[in-house]
Amino acid sequence: MSAPSLNAALLLLADSRLPAGGHGHSGGAEAAIAAGTVRDLPTLAAFLRGRLATSGLVSACLAAAACALSAPAAGSGTASAPAGDDAGERGMPSPAARGRAAAGVAGGLLGGWTELDAEADARTASPAQREASRVQGRLLLRTARRIWPSPVLDGLAEAVPEGAHHPIALGAAAGAAGCAPEEAALAAAYTSVTGPATAAVRLLGLDPVAVHRLLADLAPDLERTASTATAAVTPGLEQTVSTVIAPGLERAATAPSAHTADSPPPSPAPTASAWAELPAHSAPALDLLAERHLRAGLRLFVS
Amino acid sequence: MTARAVLATAPGPGGRTVLATMSSAPPITLRRTGPGQVYLVSTAAGPLGGDDLALDIDVAPGTVLDVRSVASTLVLPGPGPGSAPEESSMTVTARVGAGASLRFAPEPTVLAAGCLHRMTVRLELAPDARVFWREEIVFGRYGEASGRCRSRFDAVAGGLPLLRQEFTVGDPAIDASPAVYGDARCVGSTLIAGPPGAAAGHPQTPRTGGGRTSDSLSAGGRRTREAILGDGWAALPLAGPGILVSALALDAAELRRRLERGETEALSL
Repeated sequence: MSAPSLNAALLLLADSRLPAGGHGHSGGAEAAIAAGTVRDLPTLAAFLRGRLATSGLVSACLAAAACALSAPAAGSGTASAPAGDDAGERGMPSPAARGRAAAGVAGGLLGGWTELDAEADARTASPAQREASRVQGRLLLRTARRIWPSPVLDGLAEAVPEGAHHPIALGAAAGAAGCAPEEAALAAAYTSVTGPATAAVRLLGLDPVAVHRLLADLAPDLERTASTATAAVTPGLEQTVSTVIAPGLERAATAPSAHTADSPPPSPAPTASAWAELPAHSAPALDLLAERHLRAGLRLFVS
Repeated sequence: MTARAVLATAPGPGGRTVLATMSSAPPITLRRTGPGQVYLVSTAAGPLGGDDLALDIDVAPGTVLDVRSVASTLVLPGPGPGSAPEESSMTVTARVGAGASLRFAPEPTVLAAGCLHRMTVRLELAPDARVFWREEIVFGRYGEASGRCRSRFDAVAGGLPLLRQEFTVGDPAIDASPAVYGDARCVGSTLIAGPPGAAAGHPQTPRTGGGRTSDSLSAGGRRTREAILGDGWAALPLAGPGILVSALALDAAELRRRLERGETEALSL
């Protein structure tokens, strides 16, 4: 399985037809429309731009981090992520050991998933948004485990039984499918605006072509967001490689028959989370909208 | 101008709090106004572009500290037109020990036109520490365009991330987005963290925690508590042991009213 520079799996992951329940969420658009703050194309454009700059960027970072975490362990180490390669070169005796190590690393990653999930929680103050994110993450992970079976995705489901946050599930699925972190980030940025955009088409009866024109206008911003996210993830990945992944690989390499997944995962350093410095842009209006939406009597979308 | 002020408490006789260190660094001047109560007094204009200011707070286990300010902070641009804008920065670092309690509620930060400011808060809490931390940002004086600001807030409780949030102000296309600030001209938030009960920074605060671990608190906090919503504010129970009151408003007075309403509700949760 060699990864070309472009990965078709990315299209499947970002497709709204992926049966993972994404179409049921408007990302705050329905509440904004109910409040009257989104009512036409210009206000929708402003909504999408603000969403991308805040929760879109944070999602992109979390997805890139999750993808980078999963790529070296997924057995698709060819996943050509610059960061993934970096992870692979360190303390890796041979490609054979890499394959053998995959399950071991997946086990060793449990601590890494918990840590990343806690970082997503700390960046999501609104309980309604945390819940919406976990519901979508759970559905996406369930779908992805059937499409791209991988010990990494099993490990994520095990590490976060209440349902991983959506961008983390998306990033892990992208990694399992052989995508690079920047591709995962792009998919996260993309879905952070396409969901609200299509919801607005349905709720406001906007011209779908005009709305897609808005999305096309955002394309350079989506790409910038993805590269910002990828750069932001690099230091955290290096820390995780040295504290979580490399020890997992060594254990797997020295004791190939042992089920390292059964041994307790190495606990990450409690004081310095690898992902502490990731962007954490808040959107206070989205928080208020998400909570208001939860209390709305009549709604078409879950969030 | 570079300045670093330091404030530290220590347990005193009879369970009282004494100020072990109170080191002013103009323009940050510290004034004790009561037992465990300190006012920040700004003894120079600004921060101005190029200023690098810091305040370090250490609340020793079992002690209580209440920090306020006498006036709002007006962030101004640096030296003059023609020169490249220089960033000003204000960094507050606070460690709150076991069973300790900190209330930090200064007056708002006002971003004057042309300013380029960075605000950083790093808050490290023992698992049973209590904190009441209010932050208010006003986008320019009356009728004035806002300067630019990046604000980053990181709270870690018992070694686990509790709240990380960033506000970016000064890009009109983003600020006015109905997803971000909409038509608001001020944004504020208050973090109320620690075991439920008395508000942080009040003398009646119990000296020790109730023996609960942060795990049981965060488990209790997850999914069971719902947000309380008002007009322009919400009290948001965090995944960890804390509540964030978040508010948007047209002016600073309305922002304060909304935050206070949310804080009252949050403290009753």
